[in-house]
Amino acid sequence: MFDRLTTNHFQYEGKQLATWYFTVAVVLFGAQLLMGLIAATQFLYPSFLFEIFDFSVARMVHINALVVWMVYAMVGAAYWLLPDETGIEVVGIKFAKLGFMVLTAAVTVVVLVYILVQVGPASQATIWLIHEGREYIEAPRWADIGIAVVLVGFLLHVFLTAIKGTRTGIVTVLMADMIALVGLYLCGMGYTDNISMDQFWWWWVIHLWVEATWEVLVGVFAAYGLIRIIGANRQIVEMWLWIEVSMLFGSGILGMGHHYFWIGTPEYWWEIGALFSALEPLPLVAMFIHVTYDWGKEQGIAKAKGEESAVMNTPALTWFFTNAFGNFLGAGIWGFFHTLPQVNIYTHGTQFTSAHGHLAFFGAYATILIGIFYLAIQGSNNITRLKMTFDGKMAWFLINIGVFGMTVALTISGYGQVLVERAQMGATWEAFFVSQDALWFVQGLGWRLAMGVVTLVGFVYLVKDLLSSGKSEIHEK
Amino acid sequence: MSKRTVSVWTDNQFWVRSAAWVTGFASVLLIWLTFDTLAQISMGTDEDLKNGIAKRVPGPTVINYKITYEMSDKRGHEVPVIGAKEKFFGRDDYTEEEAGALLELGKLGSQAKNCMNCHTLLGNGAYYAPDLTKAWLDPAWGENGPYLGMTGKNTKEEAMAEFLMYPSKYPTHERMMPNLGITAEEAKGLVAFLKHMSSIDTNGFPRNFGKKSTDLREKGSN
Repeated sequence: MFDRLTTNHFQYEGKQLATWYFTVAVVLFGAQLLMGLIAATQFLYPSFLFEIFDFSVARMVHINALVVWMVYAMVGAAYWLLPDETGIEVVGIKFAKLGFMVLTAAVTVVVLVYILVQVGPASQATIWLIHEGREYIEAPRWADIGIAVVLVGFLLHVFLTAIKGTRTGIVTVLMADMIALVGLYLCGMGYTDNISMDQFWWWWVIHLWVEATWEVLVGVFAAYGLIRIIGANRQIVEMWLWIEVSMLFGSGILGMGHHYFWIGTPEYWWEIGALFSALEPLPLVAMFIHVTYDWGKEQGIAKAKGEESAVMNTPALTWFFTNAFGNFLGAGIWGFFHTLPQVNIYTHGTQFTSAHGHLAFFGAYATILIGIFYLAIQGSNNITRLKMTFDGKMAWFLINIGVFGMTVALTISGYGQVLVERAQMGATWEAFFVSQDALWFVQGLGWRLAMGVVTLVGFVYLVKDLLSSGKSEIHEK
Repeated sequence: MSKRTVSVWTDNQFWVRSAAWVTGFASVLLIWLTFDTLAQISMGTDEDLKNGIAKRVPGPTVINYKITYEMSDKRGHEVPVIGAKEKFFGRDDYTEEEAGALLELGKLGSQAKNCMNCHTLLGNGAYYAPDLTKAWLDPAWGENGPYLGMTGKNTKEEAMAEFLMYPSKYPTHERMMPNLGITAEEAKGLVAFLKHMSSIDTNGFPRNFGKKSTDLREKGSN
């Protein structure tokens, strides 16, 4: 895929390691889509794989593959950009490669246990060995500890490399953000009988990853990407990055309050959560403006000089730009839809949440990580100017149409569900199932499945493009 | 980097400092609120229940009492109300240890059986099956409710336990719950967990639980 995966073709071994992470990430991305299709089918045909491979299993692997492929791609991206930014090889690269092997072996075992064992008795042994049954962070305790150890090792590589080499603004933000990201993972490793306490700490991982530290990582990758792709001015890009950090952490950290409306936590989280989470879209608008402005500016300079284009990697820029808009649309708009407590008391835990989840994870993270895959294609094939192939265009169109289509379909389903289950019928067991048979609901889920298939076809094009684009003749060497 | 700076707004150092201060301030505020919240959501005790002290998360012996969900005029939404003693699997005298052990079994069971990847608990989880936050208070399991008759049991807790052990024997929809190998003891723990969860003060979520909009309209409130 990323040409010459196993040879010492790379100037830096850190970059070679990055391509290993990217390869596993793409495989897990595919697993995520397949599991999603199984779960989406079960919504419409509940007898599909009933008591063989139940919805709970498909859904667990669906969301875990999502989290893990993104973490893999992010760690890979960090290893990819470190040598460029610091000007030196990743310190302790042999150990970093060992860490990759250990992590990948652990992930494989965890997934196999999920799929083959599925559930265990109500005991601590299940929590330690099979899974923890806590959405998104289901990994069993043994794997939690292993992941934490490998992540701390990763932190060491980042820090030692940054200290030894040049410490740019981008690397500084990366260092600070990674400390927070790794530290927060520890908040999700405990056990308590108190479900309110359980969910309180659970959100420290989920929210502070997805709505704070991951978003800052996106800022880091966008900054690095703009410098590499269009030759944006480092001083301006890094200034923007610091502004984005202020805005993202300023809104995102206390925006956590929007998860504390209904889990047993006090009422003051209504005001705090509503206010700060309503501010969360602002940095996303800023990031969109930033990317658009820099693109236009650099393109203008290049044209004035009589050059063909400032863009050295068209597919990467396309995905980065999709990220800038998709982040705002999926995380910002679709998040704001239901973030106020007056709305959320009805929409909490319905297909609205699912709609937002799909577009937000895609718009905010999948897009930019795919963009970074293309940077790696360019780097690992020594291509000066990477152009868009037909397969690359198909991948972009189909994946975007697919995910946005799923989101709109789920939003309509969610609307039907909220009206019937929550507003009319009192949110009971019966109310839930009546809403699941409502016409709008069922049609929405039908379209979701169809759009899921479109997404999968787009993914197939993406894999084909990643495998073949490096050898295409259309690029400038 | 900042040698040629003419304005503070284009000075990276200014933005670095801003980022540090804003992040620091937000983090300190979050940690401060966390201390307050942790104190408020820590589990109550048997003493609290006996003395009528309302806790956001009551102690496990709440399973000895009748729980209802009633509109609070003061707070403007429904809150769980802990009432008189009520038998749970034939007893209303569970000690703190016994009730705690049942709750632990149930909470572990809820994780081990992966409830959250079909259902929502406190509104969080997957959306394939009904929300369980106030499932204990669902009228369908109450007196004259259809599910009591469906399982052929006399009490809500026995009916729920029976359903949990043999879910595909009692379909409530085309979309059925799979058999998860839940033992009788685990089922008892899970029902205790559900009863305990229904006593948690969730700030009125879910709203109007168990009330149809037509009922509310007749009473002239919404």
